[in-house]
Amino acid sequence: MLLKRGFTYTLVGAIALLIAVPVGWVLVASLKTKGEFYGSPWALPEGLHWRNYTDAFLDARMGQYFLTSVLVTALGLVLVLLVSVPAAYVVARYEFRGRGFVEALLMAGLFVNVNYIVVPIFLMLVDWDRALIDAFPDGFFIDNPAMLSLVYAATSIPFTIYLLTAYFRSIPKEYEEAASMDGAGRLRVMTTVMLPMARPAVTTVILFNFLAYWNDFIIALTLLPGDGKTVQVGLLNLMTAQKAAADYGRLYAGMVIVIVPVLILYAVIQRRLIEGMAAGGVKG
Amino acid sequence: MTLQRPRRGNGGFVLACLLPALILFAVFMVLPTINVFRMSFYAWSGFSPDPRFVGLDNFTRLLDDDNVIRAFQNTVTLLVVVTIVTMSAGLFLAAIMTRQRLRGRNLLRFVLYIPNVLSVVVIAAIFSAVYDQENGLLNGVLRVIGPDTWQQVWLGDQKIVLYSVAIAMVWQSLGYYMVLYMSSMASIPEELYEATALDGASATRQFFDLTLPLIWQNLRTTLTFFIMSAVNLSFVLVRAMTGGGPDGSSEVLLSYMYKQAYTNSSYGYGMAIGVVIFAFSFLVSLLVSRATRREPLQF
Repeated sequence: MLLKRGFTYTLVGAIALLIAVPVGWVLVASLKTKGEFYGSPWALPEGLHWRNYTDAFLDARMGQYFLTSVLVTALGLVLVLLVSVPAAYVVARYEFRGRGFVEALLMAGLFVNVNYIVVPIFLMLVDWDRALIDAFPDGFFIDNPAMLSLVYAATSIPFTIYLLTAYFRSIPKEYEEAASMDGAGRLRVMTTVMLPMARPAVTTVILFNFLAYWNDFIIALTLLPGDGKTVQVGLLNLMTAQKAAADYGRLYAGMVIVIVPVLILYAVIQRRLIEGMAAGGVKG
Repeated sequence: MTLQRPRRGNGGFVLACLLPALILFAVFMVLPTINVFRMSFYAWSGFSPDPRFVGLDNFTRLLDDDNVIRAFQNTVTLLVVVTIVTMSAGLFLAAIMTRQRLRGRNLLRFVLYIPNVLSVVVIAAIFSAVYDQENGLLNGVLRVIGPDTWQQVWLGDQKIVLYSVAIAMVWQSLGYYMVLYMSSMASIPEELYEATALDGASATRQFFDLTLPLIWQNLRTTLTFFIMSAVNLSFVLVRAMTGGGPDGSSEVLLSYMYKQAYTNSSYGYGMAIGVVIFAFSFLVSLLVSRATRREPLQF
């Protein structure tokens, strides 16, 4: 029994190391000087070479891309909640013609991955730009970060409504009845009674959508072909540049810039994330 | 549960709540999805004004395209290898972590779930660093422990590159599925294990006779979703890590579609590939779901 437990610990520990070591190694390597990269990959850096970070932030413009990503993600989250919360509430609580159809349609949307439709979305926006060429000679829809937010929001609507609807349904009706008895209108019931009660579900939705928006690069790469990139696309460019010029320092510093916000968030809310995942059971 | 009765004046409220979401969904998801199918019947080099209707030509062309055949083989190989490894390893780890009540379980869970919150670009960059021929971690380890022949050009060798991608995929998804199975195994009542233990059942027997049948429904669902998401993950990972190279040896269907659409500007042909992948992954999920159907077991 003791032997078996020892074996289990070794095995599970080894697997944990296989995951933790590469991530930790990147954090450490981001502080190495150029010369140190040609030594043993396992050697620790002699000093803290912060230069890599200023290089990545300024020369490789990761600072600017970081800001774009923050804005795009934040706007996307605001948009998706603004349209999904009322829709999910109505689907969960009101009876209207076509409700079954709306639900089935949104459910089908869960199976359509963005990777399949990113090309038609891009072509559609190009078309719109062409139609508006007189008003906006430089184009409006392509290379517009706000448009990227809108596409993020739109493509995560099925998942968001699915999760919120399920949660709204689990809340007892008595709360709403009491509130409307007190003379609260429909809008007030939704925003001041139901929304606060649905906070756990809203938090879960924000978390998953945050990860999806922040981590995406396929849509960002397609819809922002110009200079205003997101961090992920910026990192992709650093990877390509590194292959040509062997400038590892910048690349690793860039990776840390992308990883750290996500890791901090994850460390803070990991319990909620994991529970939310078990409840939702769907991965986009 | 009773729903709000249709009441005079509710219609406007319902519509106002639904419409913004439905419009966005229709414009950015329904319409593009229809367009994927529609465009697959056209020959269209992108920015030329008029697409030409060619019927099924794009699809017949597919069958003669060696690159498509290879991308298809690569996709299937990745699906089979990654699914089997991730699922069995995830189940196994979840079982021993739940059954043996290891100390530090929460820490392990925390670490194993990390790859799931990292972006694919970061994972691609991490594995490029691990696989780097000269200064990579992997060759660095192999140099110390084994003969020189063990070292490989992990992303540059046509025979190996696909498996290098597969390892990255398993690395990314293992923790997610382990956590998922842990939570469904945790709901199996302890008495069942105690009863079978009294009958002399070993831990292995318990796993196959008790744990596995009891979480079977959960397993089926995750398997279906896994196949769908593995098709997508293989694409984004290949796009960021190898670009389909060297010489197309790690190309998967979706990355080839993307290439046809953007690099080659054959939008119609690219969309035809998209239709095939969509049908394929849907069909496989359906078949898997059929093949794994069992009488549900309750506890």
